Amino acid sequence: MLEIRDLHASVADKPILKGLNLTVNPGEVHAIMGPNGSGKSTLANVLSGRDNYEITGGEALFEGNSLAEMEPEERAQAGLFLAFQYPVEIPGVSNMEFLKAALESVRGAQGKEEWDSVTLLRQARAACKQVNLDASFLKRGVNEGFSGGEKKRNEIMQMMLMEPKLALLDETDSGLDIDALQVVAKGVNSLRSPERGIVLVTHYQRLLDYIVPDFVHVLYNGQIIKSGGKELALELEQKGYGWLTGEEESA
Amino acid sequence: MSQAELDKLIRSNYEAGFTTQVDTETLPPGLSEDVIRFLSAKKGEPEWMLEWRLDSYRKWQEMPSPSWAHLKHPPIDFNEVSYYSKPKSLDDAPKSLDEVDPELLATYEKLGIPLHEQEMLAGVAVDVVFDSSSVFTTFKEKLAEAGVIFCSISEAIKEHPELVKKYLGSVVPQGDNFYAALNSAVFSDGSFVYIPKGVRCPMELSTYFRINEANTGQFERTLIIADEGSYVSYLEGCTAPQRDENQLHAAVVELVALPGAEIKYSTVQNWYPGDENGKGGIYNFVTKRGVAHDNSKISWTQVETGSAITWKYPSVILRGDNSIGEFYSVALTRHMQQADTGTKMIHLGKNTKSTIISKGISASRSQNAYRGLVRISPRADNARNFTQCDSLLLGDQCGAHTFPYIESKNPTATIEHEATTSKVSDDQMFLCRQRGIDPEKAVSMIVNGFCKEVFKELPMEFAVEAGKLLEVSLEGAVG
Repeated sequence: MLEIRDLHASVADKPILKGLNLTVNPGEVHAIMGPNGSGKSTLANVLSGRDNYEITGGEALFEGNSLAEMEPEERAQAGLFLAFQYPVEIPGVSNMEFLKAALESVRGAQGKEEWDSVTLLRQARAACKQVNLDASFLKRGVNEGFSGGEKKRNEIMQMMLMEPKLALLDETDSGLDIDALQVVAKGVNSLRSPERGIVLVTHYQRLLDYIVPDFVHVLYNGQIIKSGGKELALELEQKGYGWLTGEEESA
Repeated sequence: MSQAELDKLIRSNYEAGFTTQVDTETLPPGLSEDVIRFLSAKKGEPEWMLEWRLDSYRKWQEMPSPSWAHLKHPPIDFNEVSYYSKPKSLDDAPKSLDEVDPELLATYEKLGIPLHEQEMLAGVAVDVVFDSSSVFTTFKEKLAEAGVIFCSISEAIKEHPELVKKYLGSVVPQGDNFYAALNSAVFSDGSFVYIPKGVRCPMELSTYFRINEANTGQFERTLIIADEGSYVSYLEGCTAPQRDENQLHAAVVELVALPGAEIKYSTVQNWYPGDENGKGGIYNFVTKRGVAHDNSKISWTQVETGSAITWKYPSVILRGDNSIGEFYSVALTRHMQQADTGTKMIHLGKNTKSTIISKGISASRSQNAYRGLVRISPRADNARNFTQCDSLLLGDQCGAHTFPYIESKNPTATIEHEATTSKVSDDQMFLCRQRGIDPEKAVSMIVNGFCKEVFKELPMEFAVEAGKLLEVSLEGAVG
């Protein structure tokens, strides 16, 4: 479903991705790991279409369509979801209002049945429960005054409702304590399905104790320099990235 | 988001910009004592009213036009304005809606204000003012049962002279300021409300102002008296056709809240704002003020999206002990619009309390200023004020300004002031778009969220309308 071939991308004219290749099939969970500054978050932002992240070469196809030609909202409507590393606050816009607008657009575009307010509320409450968020969060402004952990759980809650075809999680584990990490992992695991692809971008192996990936890739200097199974993550945990990059770095 | 995208987003059509073809009797432009005599005679006013007008006119002639506001406009030639325009069909006041000119009814229909009572929002009585005249007031009889008087000010001058004489100019004196003096001299029509002692007005009252005729000024005068222990919620709405010339609107609104009374006054102002190059639009110079007696409360809520120029400071004089004044405002400016708006809270009584929440949204090349005065007099022990002014900028060519004035002459006063300025951030837009929400909807959602604290103060039906109005104002395709 995701086919990335020789992808080059720049941020503010600075080349970050330099010939990246990656294929994600439905049902697979991929972990992208790598040292700071290797281009992990850039990859997530390029795929979801953030301003100033420009594809300069190669291609990224989502279900055969070039992502470069799609607006960010069109990518979302096609079923691509990004769980943000730093979810932003939107004061005064309630989570519920936000979800309603998002789901109307995405479900509509995918020809899914429209949820009336009662169904939406029921679904949203159930999703909140799964990630240990009190239902009162639905009435609060989007991320407004949420703690770091609450913001991340809110992202996963949205993801569960949006039912994406491809979920990108950008450092979702950063800043989470072990309890919150388990909650988030539980949420992500509940979404694993033969139709859905999941890409976890992470710096640390510990997330992968809870969400066990099918494939692990090491991203360095804008390229994937090594791919393997879940055991690669454990190896990285022990040895750091230095043995692959030729640099001294402690993970 | 780039400036070009934003510009596109906020370029939109003014939906109320059409003109109605009706035969009118319109005075040629110009202002003199003769014009005032003519106008007063035309309205069949008593002698005392004419004298009051002439007195105001003489005061006005000696006053300079104010220049302190953060506004730029060419000098206004008051002799180029026509001070009276009335649809001929209203010469004999219509007794029922069947007698109202269908063109006029259609106009209001088109504006979303059906006048047939059975089609109206349940529980809202409307007085509609077209150019210089009141067209019709609905639900009059039902209100009369409760003892509520709701009619045009012209009618009140004839039918209830004792109330008008007692209260007209009691809150905003004739010579209060340049535009108030002008209004006092030439005011054409407007609404009059009297709520008797202890009566809770059974429905929302509302006045809808429409400027139609070219080169005509609208000078309406509204007077609301809430007698002891009574309650009323009142809403005013305004629109005007799209024209290349600027048109003048100089209104005066006076509120009197007698002991224990409560007045809630809401405005949704959508005068024509001019085009994106600043051509045309209404010059809106308005004086709105209320006097709050012991234990009474006056609350102003305004949503200002129109006018080329807005000069408006709905104020409360907290005369009585334990009285409360509130001001909730959303002012949206775009294109070349200029708004200088805010409030004055004058604390005279003990234990008086005021709250000011102002939300300014500036887009394109517009200028949006909050100007507010909080004055605590020496005898206003334990007075409290809370002020919050937030500005939201869309793009980088607009301006937001805050001019708070605080004068405290009593050491027991508590005054809090908070101010913020923010932008609709790229991150917020991206979060919305990543969730499948198109940029147009995203901006309007973010802006509506920013205004939420004010919208929740509006009567429910109008909160919805105000939200939609912001949407319309920000509407436009995004490339």
